[in-house]
Amino acid sequence: MSGLQGPDPNERARPQGKRNEQGFRIDPEAAAEPETRRTVISALVENEPGVLAKVSGLFSRRQFNIESLTVGTTEDEELSRITLVVEESDPGIEQVEKQLAKVIPVISVRELADDAVQRELVILKVNGGSQPDKVQAVTEMYDGTTLDAGPRTITVQITGDEQKINDAIDAFRQFGIREIARTGQAALARGERWTAATEGSQATEGAKGTYADDD
Amino acid sequence: MSGDGATPVSPNTETDRGDDAAEHDETDRTEVQTGASAVIRALENAGVRYAFGVQGGAIMPVYDALYDSAIDHITMAHEQGAVHAATAYGTVTGDPGVCMATSGPGATNLVTGIADANMDSEPLLALTGQVPTDFVGNDAFQETDTVGVTRPITKANYFSSSPDTVGGDVSEAFGLAKMGRQGPTLVDLPKDVTQGETDADPGGPTTPGTYNPAEEADQAAVERAAERFAQAERPVILAGGGVMKADACEQLYEFATEFEVPVVTTMPAIGAFPEDHELSLSWAGMHGTGYANMAITMTDCMLAVGTRFDDRLTGGIDTFAPDADIIHADIDPAEISKNVHADYPLVGDAKAVFEQFHAAMPQAPEADEWLEQVAQWKDEYPMDYEMDEDGPIKPQFVVEVVDAATADDTIVTTGVGQHQMWASQYWTYTKPRTWVSSHGLGTMGYGLPAAIGARIAADDDQQVVCFDGDGSFLMTCQELSVAVREELDITVFVLNNAAIGMVRQWQDAFYEQRRMASEYPWMPAFDKLAEAFGARGFRIESYDEVEETVQEALDYEGPSIVDVFIDPEENVYPMVPSGGDNGLFALSEDQL
Ligand SMILES: Cc1ncc(C[n+]2csc(CCOP(=O)(O)OP(=O)(O)O)c2C)c(N)n1
Repeated sequence: MSGLQGPDPNERARPQGKRNEQGFRIDPEAAAEPETRRTVISALVENEPGVLAKVSGLFSRRQFNIESLTVGTTEDEELSRITLVVEESDPGIEQVEKQLAKVIPVISVRELADDAVQRELVILKVNGGSQPDKVQAVTEMYDGTTLDAGPRTITVQITGDEQKINDAIDAFRQFGIREIARTGQAALARGERWTAATEGSQATEGAKGTYADDD
Repeated sequence: MSGDGATPVSPNTETDRGDDAAEHDETDRTEVQTGASAVIRALENAGVRYAFGVQGGAIMPVYDALYDSAIDHITMAHEQGAVHAATAYGTVTGDPGVCMATSGPGATNLVTGIADANMDSEPLLALTGQVPTDFVGNDAFQETDTVGVTRPITKANYFSSSPDTVGGDVSEAFGLAKMGRQGPTLVDLPKDVTQGETDADPGGPTTPGTYNPAEEADQAAVERAAERFAQAERPVILAGGGVMKADACEQLYEFATEFEVPVVTTMPAIGAFPEDHELSLSWAGMHGTGYANMAITMTDCMLAVGTRFDDRLTGGIDTFAPDADIIHADIDPAEISKNVHADYPLVGDAKAVFEQFHAAMPQAPEADEWLEQVAQWKDEYPMDYEMDEDGPIKPQFVVEVVDAATADDTIVTTGVGQHQMWASQYWTYTKPRTWVSSHGLGTMGYGLPAAIGARIAADDDQQVVCFDGDGSFLMTCQELSVAVREELDITVFVLNNAAIGMVRQWQDAFYEQRRMASEYPWMPAFDKLAEAFGARGFRIESYDEVEETVQEALDYEGPSIVDVFIDPEENVYPMVPSGGDNGLFALSEDQL
């Protein structure tokens, strides 16, 4: 038995408000589900062993919803750019950016605007050996390239934004798709705007992960 | 890795602990001839005085380099003991504690402690041996992917690749452990790298150019937040562990007392504000005081500094401070709005932010009614327990007796469980860095090795006591051999309820008293166990023995264990069940 004294829980003063799952104060009557959106985040990182493992480990550990992740070298051989497509609520997107920025070899992180230039590449192998002309026609329709043609299979490459890639894949289904390899989205900010960049290439506000909006 | 743009971190030369060892002159320093001596030199350059560890094949070159160094090595019985001791050393001093282990099992034995330090943002540097580079990936003898295993539980970790850069890796790992939001770092040291020749002096601690934690918060944001706080009718300060880590306790005190704002702490911040002050509401959360939980529930504006809004503090997010505008200051931007949305985010060091905030306050909040309300809650929900002189001993009483018998600056370490909660609830903490416990990870077995680390870190005239549970003590009691060998004056009170009591309490409350695997039908005699190790052993079985035996144990200069037979049915209250509403804390089981 505990000797603690005091008014019962039901005799105590009570607050008026309520928060939602994400810790926002809300109207207690209207607990709405957070809406998610799809967006592209770009990170510039130092090229060192383990950096990709750090980044991908972070996403699995924090249960971020990542649709694609690409990584490749940049104009500076010591740096790589990671492009992520995420589907998250606004606070979730903010967390992705901040957690990424915390990884020590990450130099800068930025969410790209909707008009960012985005491209993905897919390599498709279809059972089109018997009707090469039709395969060729579909390939041309999507500005694709034939990479390999044999008696039984034809392999083509299509590049474009995600919508175009999905449409192309649908169009090739008629031939029977044997295998697909997709790269995921690579993206850069449009026009003169900077994607996630180094200090030398844009005015930064000093702290890692923040940047002057130079639009 | 300390490449271009690295920022030097001042070594630990500013010590007011009244000793001279941090000021080794150049001649005391190791001459760099190999990767291993570069590692030791990096530690010396950082002002490191102690390392806790266990030897083994892959780390032998590093130990060999330690042979000639002025750094004291404390050989622990188990690597878990080494990492906990080093972590506690960091808690008490504010400087990274250093632990060392060999590859494979040595490194994996560190894992629990590294995860513990990571959860509590404790400064820690772990050095692990690794098989030679050519063997890596071949499943060689005692090979583990230590960098892979510890990646999610370190602030940064390094696989050293060359004798010329290994010292720099250690300097950077040390710098990162200490700077910004503190945390554990690890450097994995392949044997060929530590054995290889080099003469590269690693220099002092650095941080990489990509790491730029903010010092001051944005001034305009501070002013907006201060404007809001000054308008508060029911203001409260929630001080988190970051206040302690930033050595901002004085600034907290000045702010709270000048503007008359009640102070609630989180568990890691116990001692950041004197608990005997009338503005102190002690700590909030699952087993926090009723008045702290009322205050953080009813507030209309909370100034939260250096806290990550852990779920044991917030209870269910839906009911956490639901009427409050939240001003959240933290050095880690990722903590802002992670768990609780911040209406006024401030990114900066707690000390700087308090100073800025203090200066920006247009006036004190007009909160007389609130202060009266808070005082009334303190009267209504006193921390108390029932005592029957003929009955079994109440653990709370033991905590109070030890508190009364020791000086204000006494350091308390704990294991994890009910005893930890009683030690936090019934001891009045008035000084920073005197509460040393495992919070975020809740690691049983923390208490004894932490007492060893704290003893080594503490001033000579400062007392160190540990409140342990019988279950927690059994997890790391081998470290008693170290306390005896090193002649460390620590007193461990095992609050013995012959059970893993916290689990038993939950079973009684939430599992219809089905006490599965929580009661110990047989317990070793801890006093005799102490004697077998060469420590002093005491036993307390009734109330009339408590005061005298406590005094005797405290007076003994060396390690002693006091086996205290407490009421096995005693429970920890108040209690907010997991995910519950802080304002509805239960005072007894029937209120759950
Ligand atoms: C390493 C570890 N294993 C298991 C647990 C789960 N656990 C939390 S409290 C507790 C009971 C602790 O028992 P004891 O040390 O005797 O302390 P008491 O609660 O009886 O005071 C247990 C098993 C834990 N926190 N840590």
